[in-house]
Amino acid sequence: MNNIMIGRFVPGESLIHRLDPRTKMIGTFIYIFVMLWANNWQTYLWSAVFVVGLIKFTGQPFKLYWDGLKPIFWLILFTVILQLLFTPGSPVLWHLGPLSVTVPGVVNAIYVMVRFVLIILMSTILTLTTPPTSIANAIESLLGPLKKIKVPVAELALMLSIALRFVPLLMDETQKIMNAQKSRGMSFSTGGPIKRAKAIIPLLIPLFVGALQRALDLANAMEVRGFKDAVQRTRYRILHYDRNDYIAFFTIVFFVIIFFGIKIVTGF
Amino acid sequence: MAIRFEQVNFTYGAGTTLSQDVLHDINVNMPTGEITAIIGQTGSGKSTLIQHINGLLKPTTGQVLIDDFKLTSGTKEKQLIQLRQKVGIVFQFPENQLFANTVIEDVMYGPLNFGMTKAAAKIAAEQALTRIGVSENLWSKSPFDLSGGQMRRVAMAGTLASDPSVIVLDEPAAGLDPRGQAELLALVLELKKMGKTVVFISHQMEHVVTVADQVIVMHEGRIVAQEAPKVLFNRDLSWFQDLMLDLPKAGQFAEKMKAAGLILPRRPLNLQDLASLINKGAQHE
Ligand SMILES: Nc1ncnc2c1ncn2[C@@H]1O[C@H](COP(=O)(O)OP(=O)(O)OP(=O)(O)O)[C@@H](O)[C@H]1O
Ligand SMILES: [Mg+2]
Repeated sequence: MNNIMIGRFVPGESLIHRLDPRTKMIGTFIYIFVMLWANNWQTYLWSAVFVVGLIKFTGQPFKLYWDGLKPIFWLILFTVILQLLFTPGSPVLWHLGPLSVTVPGVVNAIYVMVRFVLIILMSTILTLTTPPTSIANAIESLLGPLKKIKVPVAELALMLSIALRFVPLLMDETQKIMNAQKSRGMSFSTGGPIKRAKAIIPLLIPLFVGALQRALDLANAMEVRGFKDAVQRTRYRILHYDRNDYIAFFTIVFFVIIFFGIKIVTGF
Repeated sequence: MAIRFEQVNFTYGAGTTLSQDVLHDINVNMPTGEITAIIGQTGSGKSTLIQHINGLLKPTTGQVLIDDFKLTSGTKEKQLIQLRQKVGIVFQFPENQLFANTVIEDVMYGPLNFGMTKAAAKIAAEQALTRIGVSENLWSKSPFDLSGGQMRRVAMAGTLASDPSVIVLDEPAAGLDPRGQAELLALVLELKKMGKTVVFISHQMEHVVTVADQVIVMHEGRIVAQEAPKVLFNRDLSWFQDLMLDLPKAGQFAEKMKAAGLILPRRPLNLQDLASLINKGAQHE
């Protein structure tokens, strides 16, 4: 339960930690969008170098990012194998019925893997250095213009931050209930598939009951303190860009320019 | 069944970047048929320690001997089921573990998992519910329709029903009213009479002096004392203050008397003890 690194925030004092969350989100989106245009080893290399540089700047050990990749290892492997087996072209290295491994297939498989890893690493930089509530604030701020067309942006952001707040609580709760039921002899590792699926009921029911109870408690607590939706609210933490954010934007623009520069030089 | 910890160290998330050493060189034993209380500040590792007794956690290094069962870092999950039948743990706020449609079905869950037949499990469940004082008219109700105190009892019956030889209770009295607490202590003593080995975690020194045969004191993941309550609560006041532990109320009272110049021959454990010491005559300085 404690090995899940995706979406985990690790507090720190690095330059990247201190950036405005909106800067980080926009930067991440621009990076991913641009990186998807990479189509040769030069552009992939530049994208990789850029991410590695950023990781250095977060002041967190590489191992943390590596832990973040592990859970999706199988997904990456699966996609790579698909690419490997189903890309047509020549020369053919090996084939069996409809399956064939071709040189373009191998190259494609490597590119897809690199692309996957880079996207995950870049998103991990965002989530590792930004508390979930800041991400929710940033989303609210970035979606601000949609208020004009009557999208309840503030309410959506509130729902998002409450949901994010509940994730670690539910994970703790799951662990506790698992321990309790294991002590009463629950076992996931014996019996056929139906028996195993059934074994999950004693886990899910208390989890739902607990989550509903918590949600009700929270709703009551908000209501007795006079919470109303659809009112103009001020904030405790006000987002504002400062010098570092301008530097960050400049860095991303630098990445984009070099990227397309390489593309032009290597002839698209 | 006797329990012995030998040089146990435990780390949460061992081998990851977020690892946290929680238990350091634990050597303790919990003798058969006795009541052992574990006390210590919050975060001192009490809950982590007791989860080693039924293999929910395995020592990172060292070993735990539960009768003839040897628990080490290499113990396989499959072997643990037989250990869990012998060691029942009731966690803090056990009412959160209820799930079945009826009270009786919920209590039968453990016994069925440990291989009893349906009929045998039903009998075991009925016995456990009766012993713990859940009246028969509640047995076919949904556990979610009960009051908090009743739910707690049902959950405890759910552990007792599989008839474990060792019963471990993690802060069983938390959130109970005074009467519920008194009943709980009576139950602990009854379990001892039945020959069970009982281990319980408590923050209430009154409970510790009332039922415990021995006390284990934890501080920052280490064992700092293992002795009878009579010996323990006679230690220097400063020792307790350093560990941020309270004395039982009678002991606190005796300290106040001492501050006022009335000295008792030793520190009393409870009210009766205090009264008899006073009767014998406190000495003026
Ligand atoms: N699942 C877990 N993962 C990581 N660390 C944990 C986990 N459970 C507990 N810890 C840490 O281990 C230490 C000891 O926790 P433990 O729950 O054993 O304390 P305790 O003595 O039972 O405290 P309390 O009296 O508050 O129940 C704490 O620092 C806690 O943060
Ligand atoms: Mg605890």
